[in-house]
Amino acid sequence: MSLTEQDVRKVAVLANLHLSPEEILQMVRNLGEILAHMDRLGEIDTKDVEPMAQVLYEAPETATLREDVVRPPLGSEAALQNAPLSAPGYFKVPLVIER
Amino acid sequence: MRIDNLTIPEIQEGLRSREFTAAELTRATLHFAEAHNPATNAYLLFSPERAMGQAEAVDRKLAEGTDPGPLAGVPVAVKDVILTKGLRTTCGSKILERFVPPYDATAVLRLEEAGGVIIGKTNCDEFAMGSSNENSAFGPVRNPVALDRVPGGSSGGSAAVVAQGTAVVSLGSDTGGSIRQPASFCGVVGVTPTYGRVSRYGLAAFASSLDHIGPFARTVRDAATLLEVISGRDPLDSTSAAAPVPHYADSLDKNLKGVRLGIPKEYFKDATGETASLVLRAIEILREEGCDVREISLPSTDYAIDCYYVLSTAEASSNLARYDGVRYTVRSPHSDTLSDMFNNTRGESFGAEVKRRIMLGTYVLSHGYYEAYYKKAQQVRSLITQDFRRAFEQVDAIVAPVSPFPAFRPGEKLDDPLQMYLSDIYTVTGSLAGIPCMSVPCGRTTDNLPVGLQILCNHFEEARMFRIADAFESVVR
Repeated sequence: MSLTEQDVRKVAVLANLHLSPEEILQMVRNLGEILAHMDRLGEIDTKDVEPMAQVLYEAPETATLREDVVRPPLGSEAALQNAPLSAPGYFKVPLVIER
Repeated sequence: MRIDNLTIPEIQEGLRSREFTAAELTRATLHFAEAHNPATNAYLLFSPERAMGQAEAVDRKLAEGTDPGPLAGVPVAVKDVILTKGLRTTCGSKILERFVPPYDATAVLRLEEAGGVIIGKTNCDEFAMGSSNENSAFGPVRNPVALDRVPGGSSGGSAAVVAQGTAVVSLGSDTGGSIRQPASFCGVVGVTPTYGRVSRYGLAAFASSLDHIGPFARTVRDAATLLEVISGRDPLDSTSAAAPVPHYADSLDKNLKGVRLGIPKEYFKDATGETASLVLRAIEILREEGCDVREISLPSTDYAIDCYYVLSTAEASSNLARYDGVRYTVRSPHSDTLSDMFNNTRGESFGAEVKRRIMLGTYVLSHGYYEAYYKKAQQVRSLITQDFRRAFEQVDAIVAPVSPFPAFRPGEKLDDPLQMYLSDIYTVTGSLAGIPCMSVPCGRTTDNLPVGLQILCNHFEEARMFRIADAFESVVR
């Protein structure tokens, strides 16, 4: 897999990640090399193999469900305490829609 | 009293016989740790108030004659990716440098309920991404066994404090080897339990289907004791297992007669050098102790690194989307619009390795590449798991190296991320299958660098794994 500067810029937009021109050049080099190694995955025959998203082991069906009871939530004050900018009950962010 | 080599049973005995109080031990440990930390940079934060409060509670229970718990008075360090209410938790990242969690991780609550005393938070690679602990925003950790070497990563600080004696046990996290590899490099015991054995509630998510919390200790027995305390079903983590938790420390009977051990030939293909010969000598010892040793094959091993780095970066790119300048303390001041704020906050505050993995993960999940990388890697993960399932039909446990080499020098692999990734070759397989695995010290190289032996067992067979490790430890000690 050879990667271009344009590819890297496109992925950086998808990742919401500002990269400097030097970082972009470095990504082209590093990611290209790593992806080339990952291309080896194409060599292995996976016909009819189920994809695995989670570790699976024998367990009763409902083992993952907790009792359906109300428990106190964290609360907005605690949830907001680390916000860089907030007001009672909400986070503050820059303008989303300009008139 | 020497405090840098204590074990949990020795502490319990010391408290019972009133040789020392929990408060005295805590004060002495804090003093010792603060004095020795500059050499290694293993602690990012000490928590004297919380520690002393907890120690005094243990002493009160002892005075009242109530059971103070199996970890009573034991100084514990906690990796800084595990949340501690009211104690800054940075994940080794600038983006969380002022983050003070509003709640405790379940593992933290459980170890305190058992009487454990949290001494401080330990340094690590940023968001647990790294194999050398050079990726921390707060400076690298040095290996206490050899200060010119890395301690391994990503739980380098948690391994170092146990090796240095500035904590008795510690908690780390392991996604692809981040407990076993630093344990091996620092000459301590490190355990990655079965996926779901320990609740992940309060562990900052890196790759949710691969993340584990696990213990470091100087003895197998201490690691078993700590794991037993933190294990078990947690309603706050839907992937935590309901399977009953055995009394791990009680099952250590030093008997290895007839234990069937598998040696995976793929892990010894290029086995040269001192690491390989120390591991082969360890296998010889296990054979002499009565194990039935046979060669096995795990044919998909060759593809495990690629599989692991596709899946873990994909999950990371999604998990780390939450660090956007809205909720977690750091926001770029140079942004007029919301999207600029996201882009700049992340661009200014994430380190190089985290950015690299977010980019890789976003790429393998992006349109046109999903099938070739992400789905393919999920299928290869099935094959790797099947390899283990088949192997455990023939053997009780698998033994292998932890890392191809002992602790390396800082900077040695930093400029070559692919080489750094390839060094995880022997640890990512167990992580992908979600089976319990551990590193137990098996000797030192001529340069006096520790080497670990990896033991892997089937899902939920931690007791068997500990029995083998403990018997081995008692022979080589």
